[in-house]
Amino acid sequence: MQVTAMHFKRKAGANLRNEKLQKALEKLQSKFVDGRAVVIAELSDFEGLRDAAAAIRDRVLNNLDGYLQHFEQEATARGAVVHWAETADDVNRIVAEIAAQHGVQRIVKSKSMVTEECGLNDFLESRGLTVLETDLGEYILQLAKEPPSHIVAPVVHKSKEDIADLFEQKHHRPRTTQITELCREAREVLRPGFLAADMGISGGNFIIAETGSVLIVTNEGNGRLSTTLPRVHVAITGIEKVVPTLEDVTTLLRLLPRSATGQSITNYVSVLTGTKGKEDADGPEHFHIVLLDNGRSRLLGTELQPMLRCIRCGACMNHCPVYQNIGGHAYGWVYPGPMGSVLTPAFVGLENALDLPNASTFCGACAVVCPVKIPLPDLLRQLRHEQVKRHLRPWQERAALRLWSWLAQRPAWYALGTRLVVRLLCLFAGSGKRLRHLPGVSGWTNGRDMPAPTGRTFRELYRSGRT
Amino acid sequence: MGARERILIRIAAARGTTESADIGDAIRRHSRGPMPRIEKDLVPRFRDRVIKLACDVAAVRAVNEAPPVAARYLSEHHLPPRAVCWPELNALDWRSAGIDTQARAARGDDMVGITGAFAGIAETGTLMLLSGPQTPATVSLLPETHIVVLEAGRIVATMEDAWDRLRSEHGKLPRAVNFVSGPSRTADIEQTVTLGAHGPYRVLIILVGVQAKSL
Repeated sequence: MQVTAMHFKRKAGANLRNEKLQKALEKLQSKFVDGRAVVIAELSDFEGLRDAAAAIRDRVLNNLDGYLQHFEQEATARGAVVHWAETADDVNRIVAEIAAQHGVQRIVKSKSMVTEECGLNDFLESRGLTVLETDLGEYILQLAKEPPSHIVAPVVHKSKEDIADLFEQKHHRPRTTQITELCREAREVLRPGFLAADMGISGGNFIIAETGSVLIVTNEGNGRLSTTLPRVHVAITGIEKVVPTLEDVTTLLRLLPRSATGQSITNYVSVLTGTKGKEDADGPEHFHIVLLDNGRSRLLGTELQPMLRCIRCGACMNHCPVYQNIGGHAYGWVYPGPMGSVLTPAFVGLENALDLPNASTFCGACAVVCPVKIPLPDLLRQLRHEQVKRHLRPWQERAALRLWSWLAQRPAWYALGTRLVVRLLCLFAGSGKRLRHLPGVSGWTNGRDMPAPTGRTFRELYRSGRT
Repeated sequence: MGARERILIRIAAARGTTESADIGDAIRRHSRGPMPRIEKDLVPRFRDRVIKLACDVAAVRAVNEAPPVAARYLSEHHLPPRAVCWPELNALDWRSAGIDTQARAARGDDMVGITGAFAGIAETGTLMLLSGPQTPATVSLLPETHIVVLEAGRIVATMEDAWDRLRSEHGKLPRAVNFVSGPSRTADIEQTVTLGAHGPYRVLIILVGVQAKSL
């Protein structure tokens, strides 16, 4: 997927003025945030569970090569073929080769953010293959030719009226705005696609070292259909998604749906191991698993390593006051919200996503809700440090900070400077005692007035009070 | 050197050693995380949870009482008395109850699917289905109506207990372990939950081996 994170400020501004989007985002907040709070209360020891989950993820990340090789060995023993991809381009090439090897023409896909990283659909289509997204949200986006704006609810930015228009135009059926009818229409349109497909592509929420299995959580059943009906199944996931045992993955499953959609468990959890047996009446004959690095291994051993614990629940964005107001598209790549503000710079380069580490108020809500205790504000702060260290901030900002630092180290000059500024501001404010415009910070004064200073600096007041 | 080696070397370098840790031992221990408290009486708990998940539930004393219950359910929902059925369950007398069953994997136009389940999980009201020659995975997935015959004795407290039972009864995992928690659903449009996405619209669970009044 193309990176447009450099346009963050412009897009965020436009989205704040987009009333339809604002209404859609409100809904997300009420459903996912409130829903999560209710199901979290079912657990007697939520904190203990978070600690255990973080520990499982850390244990894997500290021995990632060992767990990956164990996974590969078990998966291969069951007849799966494990592929390793260093980059997004590698994934695209590998999947195209698998398709060619098995004479594949028609592909159905269940939702996968990793394939969004790769721009896999466009690549396969350019090779003459038919690719059908089957998750309802992703299908709508494929029709609308838009990227997802949320990792769990990809189409959160669209209203049912938008979707009704789109379906009417693409399906040539009478328009309906009934949500149940829209869902049935999509089911009826997509079902023949499942039945005719030669290959199913899925992500993998987890891969299990103990058994060589790929685990997929879905609600719609499209994940099950995509991995059961076609004769070839390709699962694509990041190298960090490995989990040691079935018990460990069960611990994580107590957190993932609760944190994501406010469900105690998703409708379907599928643990897929190997290929169809000789006597089996259904299931794929070929099972390929593609493990993608794409910058992940670079984070190991760095201060950003805890980011690799992420299980992609989306709770951090659901609870983020910035995401809640600007939506996912403003972030300009696959992963929005706080987790995206760390992942995007880490994967596509800090210089290509300068605003993202700053797209946070540091309120800390993301770290509080994260089921695997990723210290997101700390990681964002780390990226801000990095930006300054690498001189990536704009020259005005750097000059202002240098001036500040120079002044702060020279008390006499500092006192003089503040006296001057305070009096200047008083002069600006005039008799109204309020500053309606301030040159250089119009972004701040456009929406509010600033009370004018009283005329003396803190130091002056302090001194006069003491004597 | 290929991508695999380069990735593994980068990971090892970040760890500060090129030797892989022995992780086989940690895996074999199967240690459990913090476990939820589940009441002793698993059947009522399971029943309450599946109802919350929008399943329908019936209880019978013996498995041969299941076909008439299924037949009644189909007629109440104005569904045809024809079903695709797990070969494992086809020995039951469906015909006398008026249901025409075919023992095979499901096709796109099957309206009703009848399956058993390896286990029920009381914690979340989840069914655990194993794929296999006698238990094709598509039967619980393609039809709009899914009827499940579940022995009450197969209800366990947690998913961990279900894994233990699978290890002791089967040793290794089948191609697909499918955990099913209610009819398929989506909330993609305006976060509004809608039942019946790509899988079944309704799920009937017939619990076998329970007195109706014990529920």
